[in-house]
Amino acid sequence: MSSSVLQNLVNQPYRHGFVTDIDADVVPKGLSEDVIRLISKKKAEPEWLLEFRLRAYRHWLTMREPTWPNVKYPKIDFQDISYYSAPKAKQKLASMDEVDPELRRTFEKLGVPLHEQKALAGVAVDVIFDSVSVTTTYKQRLAEVGIVFCSFSEAVRDHPELVRKYLGSVVPPGDNFYAALNSAVFTDGSFCYIPKGVRCPMELSTYFRINTQESGQFERTLIVAEDRSYVSYLEGCTAPKFDTNQLHAAVVELVALDNAEIKYSTVQNWYAGDENGVGGIYNFVTKRGLCKGVNSKISWTQIETGSAITWKYPSCVLLGDNAVGEFYSVALTNHHQQADTGTKMVHIGRNTRSTILSKGISAGYANNSYRGLVKIGAKAANARNYSQCDSMLIGDRCGANTFPYIQVNNSSARVEHEASTSKIGEDQLFYFAQRGIGAEEAVSMIINGFCREVFTQLPMEFAVEATKLLGLKLEGSVG
Amino acid sequence: MMPGESLLEVRGLTASVAGVEILKGIDLNVRAGEVHAIMGPNGSGKSTFAKVLAGHPAYEVTSGEVLFEGKNLFDLTPEERARAGLFLGFQYPVEIPGVTNLSFLRLAYNTVQGARGKDELDPLEFDDYLQDKLKLLHIDPAFLERSVNEGFSGGEKKRNEILQMAILEPTLALLDETDSGLDIDALRIVANGVNRLRSPGNALVLVTHYQRLLNYLTPEFVHVMDQGRIIKTGGKELALELESRGYDWVSAEYRALRAA
Repeated sequence: MSSSVLQNLVNQPYRHGFVTDIDADVVPKGLSEDVIRLISKKKAEPEWLLEFRLRAYRHWLTMREPTWPNVKYPKIDFQDISYYSAPKAKQKLASMDEVDPELRRTFEKLGVPLHEQKALAGVAVDVIFDSVSVTTTYKQRLAEVGIVFCSFSEAVRDHPELVRKYLGSVVPPGDNFYAALNSAVFTDGSFCYIPKGVRCPMELSTYFRINTQESGQFERTLIVAEDRSYVSYLEGCTAPKFDTNQLHAAVVELVALDNAEIKYSTVQNWYAGDENGVGGIYNFVTKRGLCKGVNSKISWTQIETGSAITWKYPSCVLLGDNAVGEFYSVALTNHHQQADTGTKMVHIGRNTRSTILSKGISAGYANNSYRGLVKIGAKAANARNYSQCDSMLIGDRCGANTFPYIQVNNSSARVEHEASTSKIGEDQLFYFAQRGIGAEEAVSMIINGFCREVFTQLPMEFAVEATKLLGLKLEGSVG
Repeated sequence: MMPGESLLEVRGLTASVAGVEILKGIDLNVRAGEVHAIMGPNGSGKSTFAKVLAGHPAYEVTSGEVLFEGKNLFDLTPEERARAGLFLGFQYPVEIPGVTNLSFLRLAYNTVQGARGKDELDPLEFDDYLQDKLKLLHIDPAFLERSVNEGFSGGEKKRNEILQMAILEPTLALLDETDSGLDIDALRIVANGVNRLRSPGNALVLVTHYQRLLNYLTPEFVHVMDQGRIIKTGGKELALELESRGYDWVSAEYRALRAA
């Protein structure tokens, strides 16, 4: 009985799998310098940005797809992807009310109302649909305290000096295969700048939606926190159900200057493919934060529940003395999902500290790997790292792996690594059942207990969301 | 349940695990208000019998019938059996990391209460309810904040089983070697706790190797199991006899009886 109960439990519906019927301006499939020039022209970009793209593209041509992740998928044909898809806007929008009603309905259905009146109180949202930003809420209110929060395209137009200074400063265009591809073809994303001494009064958030079947999504997020500033940033993502795979190759760069703090949280719920592993998003993302200033701090919190394949390592480069890097992660894989995710903590400054807390959950036939690098540089005196990687298996056909890499070049460093693997088995479920508790509630209770330390790192609204999402992912009819 | 009314009727029960037959035809009647002890050598099928009644998925019932309060027990899922008042005190309680004992106990209590059409308790009310039960078993409240059974000593695990029994108030409790792993003081506390939970409307089935538990919980019936069958039933004095003479003579007597 028990194995079939578990099977039913992990057969969950995906509730964001619908497609919006909307006229889109789609660039024909294929990638070349001409396509890049076309994208740049469509976006009326300055020459330096086109140069940035072309340099990245030329570098990309010399690179090979990484094969070291512990994931399997057929070779991607990069000429079979459309690199730009934008809903056709009739004219430039003057206010939220002019957003295409079809789009507005889409986001309302996804629980992301575009009206500020209806929006979550205290959360400003930049909404990205395929390749472009649809709208950004609360822009005015944020501007009053000097915060810039807008789409990447607007930032290029209105704050070119900031974009030019920081773009590629954390993730250089040639950093890795997918970062290079993104640098060549990225279309939009979010930009956020917190001036000196400002504590951002609300959560900032980007909601990513892929809608077109044959386009990839390549967005770019850049957050700069000046001295003594603070920002908490949230990211959410969904996509329709298609029986083909869509590529999502984003780059996120964070820069924290002296005494600044950035908290970056993600609830990733891309379509994961069906129970046989058909369709779903390939989520190949480069996220990196630079703790440039003294006493700066960057925290990554991620709840990864979607995507057919996840390949991402939100990292911290701890350059400033006393800088702090944190990584809190829950990665849930089900059916035939594969995840190879973790972090890199690179200690360069003195007295730098990092914490890694990773919780991997595998169900069905899924394969879940934690891969993490802790590197202590020669000058990072008294650097400290604590890592804990816990894996949980649901059923007996899934897998979990941990690949910790530790490089220490300073003898005053202290590095600790702990790992554990547990299993929700027949005997645990029977124990709950014997106390009157059904399998669904039992699994949800065990999972929530397992993830608790990570959930407490999320902003309140997201913590509730994340708990519900994991429940949903493991929901199903019992028996 | 009224005293003397039939709670559990087992007729010709056979069950197997992985194709190997473990229970080879068990008959047993338990009435409200009674205490039964099931004794017997290791591997005789005592624990299997308890787990089959509770509905452990690893065991397959191959024939026979079990009525619980007059209803077919095998029509119920394991959780429905628990909600209906059947409780199994585990010989080896599993650990559940990350889930606090308190939240586990409250969820179990509220689920069972809900199924019985009674009011659920909010966390504060539940805490009041719990305090008395903790005192009954001399349990430190700090124990509630720990993960279920994780890092518990053998004795703590067994005490936790009886705490759950005290909270869920079952009609029929099957206690599978609850006495093993307990020192003399802990045994007295646990046994006294169980004694106080007895009422004319409920019943106890104790699976045990030792007479010492029966000093506190006096059984009306002592059954000896061997090779998947109950081969002898007697009164409480049978337990004393087993303690001094072992099991071999019972098996010999049974074989002789069968041959005759």
